[in-house]
Amino acid sequence: MSSIFFQLLQAVLMVMFAPLVLGFVSTVKARLQNRRGAGIMQPWRDIQKLFNKEVVLADHASWIFRFAPYVVFTATVMAASVVPSLLLDTPLSLTADVIALVALLALGRFFLSLAGMDIGTAFGGMGASREMTFSALAEPAMLMSIFVLAIGAHSTNLTTMIAHTLHTPLLIQPSIAFALVAMLMIAIVETGRIPIDNPSTHLELTMIHEAMLLEYSGRHLALMEWASAVKLLLFATLIIDLFFPWGISGDASLVTIALALMIWIAKLMVLFVILAVMETSMAKLRMFEVPQYLGAAFVLAFLGLIIHYMLEVAV
Amino acid sequence: MNFFIATLLTPLLGGMVLGVLRNPKLAAKLNILTSVTTFTFSILLALQVLGQASLATFNGWFYLDAYNVFLVSLTAFVGMTTTIFSKPYMQHELEIGRVNEKRLRLYHSMYQLFQLGMLLGFTTNNIGVLWVSLELATLATVLLVSLYRTPASIAAAWKYFILCGMGIALALFGTILVFFTSSTILGHGNEALTWSLLYAHAGQLDPAVMGIAFCFLMVGYGTKVGLVPMHAWLPDAHGEGPTPVSAVLSGLLLNLALYALVRFKMLVDGSTHTDMAGHMMMGFGLLSLLVAAMALHKQRDIKRMFSFSSIEHMALMTFAFGIGTPLAAFAALLHMTVHSLVKSGIFFTVGHAAQVMGTQKMAEIRGLISHHPGIGWGLLIGTAAIAGFPPFGVFMSEFLLFTATLESYPWLAVPLLLGLLIAMGGLFRFVQPMVYGDTAEHAKHVHVNMMPVYIHFGLALILGLSIPMFLSQWYHQAAALIVGGGA
Amino acid sequence: MTFSQQFAQQIIDGMAALTLLISFSLLAQHRMLSVLRWFAGQGLLLAATAAVVAYSTGETELYISAMMTFLLKGLLLPWMLWRVIRKLHVHREVEPLMNSGITMVIAVAVTLFSFHIIQPIEVTSELLTRNSMAIATACVLLSMLMMITRKKAITQVIGFLAVENSLFFAAIGATNGMPLVVEIGIAFDVLIAALIFGLFFFQIRNTFDSMEIDTMQSSLIQKDDDE
Repeated sequence: MSSIFFQLLQAVLMVMFAPLVLGFVSTVKARLQNRRGAGIMQPWRDIQKLFNKEVVLADHASWIFRFAPYVVFTATVMAASVVPSLLLDTPLSLTADVIALVALLALGRFFLSLAGMDIGTAFGGMGASREMTFSALAEPAMLMSIFVLAIGAHSTNLTTMIAHTLHTPLLIQPSIAFALVAMLMIAIVETGRIPIDNPSTHLELTMIHEAMLLEYSGRHLALMEWASAVKLLLFATLIIDLFFPWGISGDASLVTIALALMIWIAKLMVLFVILAVMETSMAKLRMFEVPQYLGAAFVLAFLGLIIHYMLEVAV
Repeated sequence: MNFFIATLLTPLLGGMVLGVLRNPKLAAKLNILTSVTTFTFSILLALQVLGQASLATFNGWFYLDAYNVFLVSLTAFVGMTTTIFSKPYMQHELEIGRVNEKRLRLYHSMYQLFQLGMLLGFTTNNIGVLWVSLELATLATVLLVSLYRTPASIAAAWKYFILCGMGIALALFGTILVFFTSSTILGHGNEALTWSLLYAHAGQLDPAVMGIAFCFLMVGYGTKVGLVPMHAWLPDAHGEGPTPVSAVLSGLLLNLALYALVRFKMLVDGSTHTDMAGHMMMGFGLLSLLVAAMALHKQRDIKRMFSFSSIEHMALMTFAFGIGTPLAAFAALLHMTVHSLVKSGIFFTVGHAAQVMGTQKMAEIRGLISHHPGIGWGLLIGTAAIAGFPPFGVFMSEFLLFTATLESYPWLAVPLLLGLLIAMGGLFRFVQPMVYGDTAEHAKHVHVNMMPVYIHFGLALILGLSIPMFLSQWYHQAAALIVGGGA
Repeated sequence: MTFSQQFAQQIIDGMAALTLLISFSLLAQHRMLSVLRWFAGQGLLLAATAAVVAYSTGETELYISAMMTFLLKGLLLPWMLWRVIRKLHVHREVEPLMNSGITMVIAVAVTLFSFHIIQPIEVTSELLTRNSMAIATACVLLSMLMMITRKKAITQVIGFLAVENSLFFAAIGATNGMPLVVEIGIAFDVLIAALIFGLFFFQIRNTFDSMEIDTMQSSLIQKDDDE
């Protein structure tokens, strides 16, 4: 019974925390740039304001355009709710399969791109085509990097994989390091951060993710922004789960869960501070360099896989 | 008196002295003197070994058996005659300004260093040192090939360097793989690289590892042998380098690479007990023979043409060693001897011919016999000898090889004969107009020394008519050794 | 296997993985100086690997080759190349590569291939470094691939030296090091080769006014056509 409660708590936390995470990253960035920043709550305030605003629809918008924000949001929230953040073994953990997760995210992206093209503006179409090109390259790399871990655990189920990592003695495993680097590179692409995409840009020509949202307004835009925040948190949690799961709670008692929550937040903060530092110190890549970047990520993940077989599988 | 040390030290000391000696005439004489001394010591060494089956000295660092001792003498001999030839040749090059005195000093010094690498490679018992010395000989010749500093010679030397560097790296990798398996049996030290010990324990070496190692060694040392498709460096290096260098490249360096390959084949055969290594060598040999024979027809430069003939003959030897019967091994050894003699003799002649005519282009070399009968006849006799006409030694060895092929792989005799005939046609097609006809107008009179050429051809003739008793016994011993397989 | 041996094994495995990564990076670099930087890194990594293997096996000979590697491949060769690059004023040059995607696909295929042929024979070895044999093979072949894909003389030479580095890695990784005499001989040859290369760079520059291999080879072809 309590595990169902914690499952719910986990999902709600993921969704509620997500805008805070965005705020945290931009605050850290602001501090790094000697600004005060708008505060951690700012994204929440933005979303709230957008929900109260009227929706303006283009004349040519079809039902897909109106439908898409709900699909994107639901898919992302569904994906986020199955990723274990506090409790290892939850009622939904059987469905927490990595491939299903990637598929859910792909569903969201599919509708996002459709919506981008639906209006028929130049920027929307451009953004959609870029998004699809990059995701076509990013998804194999992401799966490849996850497979490095999945092969060791003999499963693509997240809970099983985490349990496997927790139970194996701490070894220097170069393959995992390779997979981690690849995964970080992919996560940056998937969540649309610098150096691939700049979430705060106003220059339409360089946009990828934002270009598809240009025509959205009101609660539709709020849902879209919220979904992308959830996605950022989701990827961070996924990386934590896969590579640094120590601290996640094994049983559904209140004390361990509280401890797990604190450890989770601490790990998130470390990760996002690193992200903020990177975003501050790096320039955006030119668009045509992104496929090379993704190729490098793919090769890294593949090397991790080969090295896993070469070095770590006992002969 | 230990003749090992003497044989190896002479070129080393000679090379060092020649490196600082400024007088070019004196240097040429000292070069000859060094090589004559080396040759004398190598003969004494051979006499010492002749009585015994094998000889190991310096805690087994050096090792001589029937197989390599005659190659040591052969190397020292061809090395010696080449220095005799090179004296007037390089003097002429100096006069027409293709080299200056500084480069001539480099030439003499590197020549002796090359000799050192060759002799060390043949006598060492350590497969690691064998690799090091082959690399040493390669590096020395790279500098020799680029001696003229023309764009083409630098490009040729670069190609030679890069391709052989790659090849030899693969060979080193093969050697490491051999060490990988042998160190589990012979301990983790020099013993595991000592050829005689490896040979004694060949049966214990892991066949799978040895098989893979041989693939790398085949491609690696095969590059240095000049086997197709790794042969691209060879015609350029021969064509652009000074002629004495072409002579020793063809006559000696290729032999060392093949020698190394055969040494490894003996180990691999002892380990795997299959014909894998032999079949690979036969395949590469036959392919190289056919490709070289056809490529020969397309050449326009006389030295490039004869370098393709070198590929053809190295291919024949590789093929013969690959067959692996005593008769074939005998034929290969004989062929190695006569090819070294005849081919270096031909290059001497070609070098003089090119100097007389002032060009290496075959279309502009005309009427050698009427202009300079010595060179003309030399080229004609040399070509007849290398093409396999009786009564020269090449005919003898090719005949033996043909017989051996008919014995073991009768259907392969057809492409073999085809390759030989195509190559022969190519040689005569080019040589005939160069030798006969009216003399070209641009012909000059150049001081030449044909003595080494006639010594080489004379020896090849003797080997063709009747092989001396001691030599044939030698060949038999060596052939038995090569074919014997691991203990 | 004791704990420290197991730990050493893990460190060596980690270094093997890094070596493979460096081989891939060398293949993908465009800029002259970054190629050189990765090459120097490879040399230093090699020296470190040799030292770790020496420590874990207790072989004193390996310390000497680790030292030699550090001085020769980690410092001297990169420094010499850097000098040459500076003197020839090519340090800013960017080299057009073969289609990098195709190169990477070939590189991955080469890695799989070496894994495929070497894996069966690794079983026969009892050394704690046996696992790195396949990686060493892959590195050798990858460096050769680098030599093939490069168009400039200097990067080709770095490829050549990277092959030597990989061979050294094969020697220490797969067999705990060749005997010292052979190791010194090989190092000596590499040094001589590097000196000759250095000499060549200036000759090529003076003769062809370019460091492109194609320009050079065309002089051979042209010569052939003239005749």
